[in-house]
Amino acid sequence: MADTKAQDALVSIPALLARNARVFGDKPAFREKEYGIWQSWTWAEAAEETRALALGFLELGVAPGDHVAIIGTNRPALYWSMVAAQMCGAIPVPLYQDAVAEEMAYVLDHCGARFIVAEDQEQVDKVLEIADRVGHIEHIIYQDRRGMRKYDHTRMNALEDVQKTGRAAHDRFDGEVQARMDALGYDDTCVMLYTSGTTGRPKGVVLSNRNIIEASKSSSEFDDLGPGDEILAYLPMAWVGDFIFSVGQAYWTGFCVNCPEGANTMQEDLREIAPTYFFAPPRYFEGLLTQIMIRMEDAGPLKKKMFDHFMAHARKVGPNLMDGKPVGLWDRLKYALGDVLVYGPLRNRAGMSKVRVGYTAGEAIGPEIFEFYRSLGINLKQLYGQTEASVFITQQPDGEVRADTVGVPSPGVEVKIAESGEVFYRSPGTFVEYYKNPDSTKDTKDPEGWVATGDAGFFEEGTGHLRIIDRAKDVGKMADGALFAPKYVENKLKFYPNILESVVFGADREMCCAFINIDLTAVGNWAERNNISYASYQELAGHKQVLDAVQSHVEEVNISLASDTMLAGCQVHRFLVLHKELDADDGELTRTRKVRRRIIEEKYGDLINALYDGSKSISTVTEVTYEDGRKGSISATLEIRDAKVAPVAQKVAAE
Amino acid sequence: MNEVPIEAFTTEDGRQIGGVLMEMRHITLRFGGVTAIQDISFDIREGEVRAIIGPNGAGKSSMLNVINGFYHPQEGEIWFRGEKRPTMKPYDVAKQGIARTFQNIALFKGMSTLDNIMTGRNTMMKAGLFSQALWWGKAEQEEMWHREQVEKVIDFLEIQHIRKTPVGKLPYGLQKRVELGRALAAEPKLLLLDEPMAGMNVEEKEDMSRFILDVNDEFGTTIALIEHDMGVVMDISDRVVVMDYGKKIGDGTPDEVRNNPDVIDAYLGVAHD
Repeated sequence: MADTKAQDALVSIPALLARNARVFGDKPAFREKEYGIWQSWTWAEAAEETRALALGFLELGVAPGDHVAIIGTNRPALYWSMVAAQMCGAIPVPLYQDAVAEEMAYVLDHCGARFIVAEDQEQVDKVLEIADRVGHIEHIIYQDRRGMRKYDHTRMNALEDVQKTGRAAHDRFDGEVQARMDALGYDDTCVMLYTSGTTGRPKGVVLSNRNIIEASKSSSEFDDLGPGDEILAYLPMAWVGDFIFSVGQAYWTGFCVNCPEGANTMQEDLREIAPTYFFAPPRYFEGLLTQIMIRMEDAGPLKKKMFDHFMAHARKVGPNLMDGKPVGLWDRLKYALGDVLVYGPLRNRAGMSKVRVGYTAGEAIGPEIFEFYRSLGINLKQLYGQTEASVFITQQPDGEVRADTVGVPSPGVEVKIAESGEVFYRSPGTFVEYYKNPDSTKDTKDPEGWVATGDAGFFEEGTGHLRIIDRAKDVGKMADGALFAPKYVENKLKFYPNILESVVFGADREMCCAFINIDLTAVGNWAERNNISYASYQELAGHKQVLDAVQSHVEEVNISLASDTMLAGCQVHRFLVLHKELDADDGELTRTRKVRRRIIEEKYGDLINALYDGSKSISTVTEVTYEDGRKGSISATLEIRDAKVAPVAQKVAAE
Repeated sequence: MNEVPIEAFTTEDGRQIGGVLMEMRHITLRFGGVTAIQDISFDIREGEVRAIIGPNGAGKSSMLNVINGFYHPQEGEIWFRGEKRPTMKPYDVAKQGIARTFQNIALFKGMSTLDNIMTGRNTMMKAGLFSQALWWGKAEQEEMWHREQVEKVIDFLEIQHIRKTPVGKLPYGLQKRVELGRALAAEPKLLLLDEPMAGMNVEEKEDMSRFILDVNDEFGTTIALIEHDMGVVMDISDRVVVMDYGKKIGDGTPDEVRNNPDVIDAYLGVAHD
């Protein structure tokens, strides 16, 4: 960057902070909304705050190699805590703030944290609850004083007080802090992040300074991020993405990190800040679109008409305009008018009027949803990544954005597809190891540095874009040897608002069949508008017109699958609409709402048999668990429908 | 009932309970021929959570209105901070540092949460009409100061997300919280809560209880509350006055009150005739 002399020494986050304080001293580094006002800190101020905290940590006895756990929502002081820990030679370990005490106990015990930085009383209470079991916790530092007055403070401090002590001890410890900072090397650990782990215990992913800084550097260059950019830090601090965006890239490029007032003010704060660089998971964009649509339904007829008219135009030319493809003058003028009347106000409502680079990842996003934002002129792109890669594996470059791919390999990343279809990668961002878990490390990363992602995918011919199909372990073969990728089909079904969840079966069978869960909000709304009365979820789910609607969705999905030679075998031949919602309380979904295939197969064996033996209907009794833990059962007779299957296209249809 | 020691003491959970803040001496309130309150005496001590309970029509709200200066008792004296209080208008009582909430929410429905809470600081605004109309000079500085205090209340009650929402649109539980916010904004010495938990579900009740205790703990505000829900009352108050048919039938700690035979009769319904 600007300062070439210091370039060589930029091998740690504290070094980047020192550089920023020097080069961007007066530029805002952090903002936080508190008491209704955006408070801001320049890079020079942030450096001073962080340094004071590091001095305070030293006074408390933080030693090189210690793990310092950070628990809370996105607050500047918590980001400083992470960097302050690094200044002391310690390793920050951010934890999910919504983790229950049990989960927290495992992680704290595993990393052996002696020091905890907690946001508030709620987090402190959780830590105290498990402190006896974990044993090695020596000191808790909390940020928010509220409600903390009566606690026993022999092993507890307010973060501000730690900074105060640090400032007072400046002359005593500053040399030591500087020495520890200078000793930080490129291959020393930068941060340890626990993966949420859908299977088994969470694993501590060790990422070095090299991993974080190289990944931040090349991804910042990829999207031309600079000191003028703004982001909103609202995703969990324990997630690798937040660490890369709010620490890695922010410290590398010197852009400003804005922390919202609270989780429920995020939308409002987003609008006030209008970030230039924005990340959100697909469900965020889905939710926002639903909100916009509901509002438009309630709007006056003129507004509604204007919205429909201009959105149709935007869908036609918006994506082309963004990709720089030729668009006629008349269409351009009409788009410009639409921009003033509709698109601009909508972007502003969504807090995205200044978004230059927007990303979504983590799950498949519905093509309509994706196109909606792009047609509004928001440069929403997709990326594919994981904790072990310091986020980036593939990204979509500007101008090559599509809903069904995850882009080309990120700069410096090599990607290969194994024979099984599993995606492997190797990059400077590739993690060092799983903490205290050499077996898992060996299973995931081979000696040459290739890491197994656990996802199956393929490179599209012609464009070189990667397409992810499913988790590798879920991808199977059908009886005739065709590829079976249930999640790919399920996602396609779930893109319909009426369908909340679906489970597709077909491994080692001659055809695919599916369970469908209707979305009570969407279908209930539809029923209300069409004067269809129903007394229960079960009744609505079994309604003939609902079944007709679902059938048409399934058939549309079949047509779209038929155009894809690799996945044409996964067309859904028969389906039924379940009489109850799949629920985490019944163990059918994980807490993050992922389908637990094996449990569903066991529990609904009779229904699966009926799908395959050609019956027209099936009576069943299902056990349910109520929220208070009591159990009950519901019985139902479900209709099984046949869906039309489309003929497989011989040649790949043009996109 | 029990004689309470006059000197200050510390409760089990470490809060300071001071001397007598307000004392009601032989209060009798009549509406025509109906006696709403009959010869009731009790005191409220600095820093405590004092509850007034009783069945419907026992005269609880009337008692709160007497403290508040809305009703003037025919007999009896009210002593506040060691002085006998003359007959006062409610707004003068408010200026003395007594704020209240209402049983049926009394907010300005069309105004935002922020503006509603801001009205709680009305008695503290000193700038003249002219200055306020032009929002110039003293009025501007003053408003900034008041806004800061209001924001602290908003932060305290965790209602940042509805700062700008018109209160009429808010669910009931949140409206109750905004009303508490308005009372808190007045920085009261004594906070009167008229059925703060009425009509709430269990979760909302728990939240409200938490906020009441936090107010008492963080700001040292003395709280007098009327409540129907016996469970809540027994959990959060230091001392309880029990009223029935305008008379005081019990006074003491929750445990004492719970075991008082008259109270049990009143609640479990022994025939009165």
